[in-house]
Amino acid sequence: MRYLGIEPVRPKVAVFDFTGCEGCELQLVNKEDTLGPFLQSIEIVRFREASSAQGEDYEVAIVDGAISRADEVERLKRIRERAKVLVALGSCACFGGVARLKNAYDLAEANREVYGDKPKETQAARPVKDFVAVDLAIPGCPVSKEEVERVVRHVALGVPFQSTVYPVCVDCKQRFVGCLMERGHLCLGAITRGGCEAPCPAGGLGCWGCRGPAPEANLKEFLALARERGFADREIDERLGFFGGFEELRCA
Amino acid sequence: MRVSLDVDVRPLTRVEGHGNIKIRVHDGVVQEARWDVVETPRFFEVMLKGKHHSTAGILSARICGICSIGHCLASVRATEAAFKVEVPPLARQLRKLAKHGETLQSHLLHVLFLAAPDFLGLESAIPLVELKPELFALAARLKGVGNTLCEVVAGRTTHPVSIAVGGMARRPDKRSLRSLRGELEGGLNDLRAVVELVRGFEIPAFARETEFVSLKGEDNYPWIGGTLLSSDGVEMPESDYLKMTNEYVTEEGTSKWCRLSRASFAVGALARFNNNWRLLHPEALRVAAELGLRAPCHNPFMNNAAQVVEVVHVTHESIALLDEVLDAPAEAPLQAEFEPRAGEGVGAVEVPRGILYHHYAYGGDGRIERANCVIPTTQNNANIQLDLQRLAVEQARSGTTDAALERLASMLVRSYDPCISCSVH
Repeated sequence: MRYLGIEPVRPKVAVFDFTGCEGCELQLVNKEDTLGPFLQSIEIVRFREASSAQGEDYEVAIVDGAISRADEVERLKRIRERAKVLVALGSCACFGGVARLKNAYDLAEANREVYGDKPKETQAARPVKDFVAVDLAIPGCPVSKEEVERVVRHVALGVPFQSTVYPVCVDCKQRFVGCLMERGHLCLGAITRGGCEAPCPAGGLGCWGCRGPAPEANLKEFLALARERGFADREIDERLGFFGGFEELRCA
Repeated sequence: MRVSLDVDVRPLTRVEGHGNIKIRVHDGVVQEARWDVVETPRFFEVMLKGKHHSTAGILSARICGICSIGHCLASVRATEAAFKVEVPPLARQLRKLAKHGETLQSHLLHVLFLAAPDFLGLESAIPLVELKPELFALAARLKGVGNTLCEVVAGRTTHPVSIAVGGMARRPDKRSLRSLRGELEGGLNDLRAVVELVRGFEIPAFARETEFVSLKGEDNYPWIGGTLLSSDGVEMPESDYLKMTNEYVTEEGTSKWCRLSRASFAVGALARFNNNWRLLHPEALRVAAELGLRAPCHNPFMNNAAQVVEVVHVTHESIALLDEVLDAPAEAPLQAEFEPRAGEGVGAVEVPRGILYHHYAYGGDGRIERANCVIPTTQNNANIQLDLQRLAVEQARSGTTDAALERLASMLVRSYDPCISCSVH
């Protein structure tokens, strides 16, 4: 569609889903006030959840979900071969997300518990980057559509996208949300990458770290602070491990 | 003419999750007609083990990207039943509002964005941005009101943040609630156009008698908790959900199947309508009549119409609920005090696609020892399968083409609005 007589360049985009709830790709059709312009700024050639189009000719592959079965690995590799740019969408694709919580259990035992004597094929859930190169990661559970739009604007302008460097605490200050830690809640906002507009603290829930660590997050000081405020190691540990974003920082 | 047909849809599009349809007809005789769920399993029931009660709702919301509020509500309800917690009235009203927001966004997503393209001859709703900008703007605006309702009340539309064991974590500010009320009233106008649109849909003439399962409404159309009811006359308390669902594992699929009085039953908007239509808002009943929906309706394609009827009902009920919440005294409690205790609890919630159950057993430490979740689409799987078989037989008899059968079979499964990854939790 022309605007001011100029035909814009619309990147050809395909959306693919693996192990997950598909909530992140659903965000692509949310934020209705700008949904029309958003859909006009890209050309969706394939998006199984929303379209019957089966295009194979895409430049950008958006991948939603973790990887947890052999056929998913194969499908992901084929997508990587075709795509110029591969985007990991959401915490499952970026870090393994909640899908990887099952990795803490014996999978054969888990299979017996859920499927009895008819076990189904499964393997440890892992992030997309463990199998193929990822060009851009947009974490979040779910992703912020506002951030997806920012990425698309950068692509349209040909300007490299730079994810936020500040922590979620800054989002809270911008929204005048009082500190959850001060109100006695465990909150990972001080060490989590900001830019989400802090929906959780604003809704009365401490940050769970779905966007992974902010650059230069001081995990050591945060742990000392959380312990000082009386939070048990088990609770802190479970929180840090919930979406998988802090794994590398914890292991370092 | 005796036809031979081969339909192989893998995977079905414009639904949540991965499912395949396979139909083969040789010389007028159906060789196979199958509905296969191939979604990767996630093992949420195992992941929930050992989790603290304050984590259960947050984790189980992640079972589904569309009905996460419903999962969170079923989860906290199961925990509250186990801990014997009585949720304060204001929190109950807010939860119902969040539930209604989810019903609105989910039903409108399905009817206008996923199902409508079949009736408009399009691959998706995306071309409508340019082909029918007014219709697209209206559809987006209406779905947006549902999402705003979720955001204002539950903090977020996908994976809510304000629903906590014992009540709600936050009371929405009055200004947002008043503005929402206005948006919902505006929505009623837009809904007239949706009813007109759906009235023009050519709903395939197909029916197969089946059993419908839903919550039983007492004074209101039912959404959260209560007695379980089937159209074959089975009635059970919420806690007996296992006897109402009878889940079993099949050789091929990663989603389980269910049965009750017959080989299959159906849940969802059509089941709720068939079992509880008398409790609908008069305006919703008028819309049902306009759309030719009359109970008992055994045409699964009419689930689309039942969703529109529920959207009208839920919009009216939300406006009334907003007034109650706005009038609630400032000091009205939002959260009940409680102590975790060992015990079991079941939470049943009518989510957009049908009745959802969460069942937890807690140890004395407030952590889950066992968890079970029964998903609406799991309950619909056998019914979808039997519908597909019937459809294949009828189509084979009347003579058709691969393309026409593929379209019709896809529309049939799509009309259930399956939430497949949810069913393979």
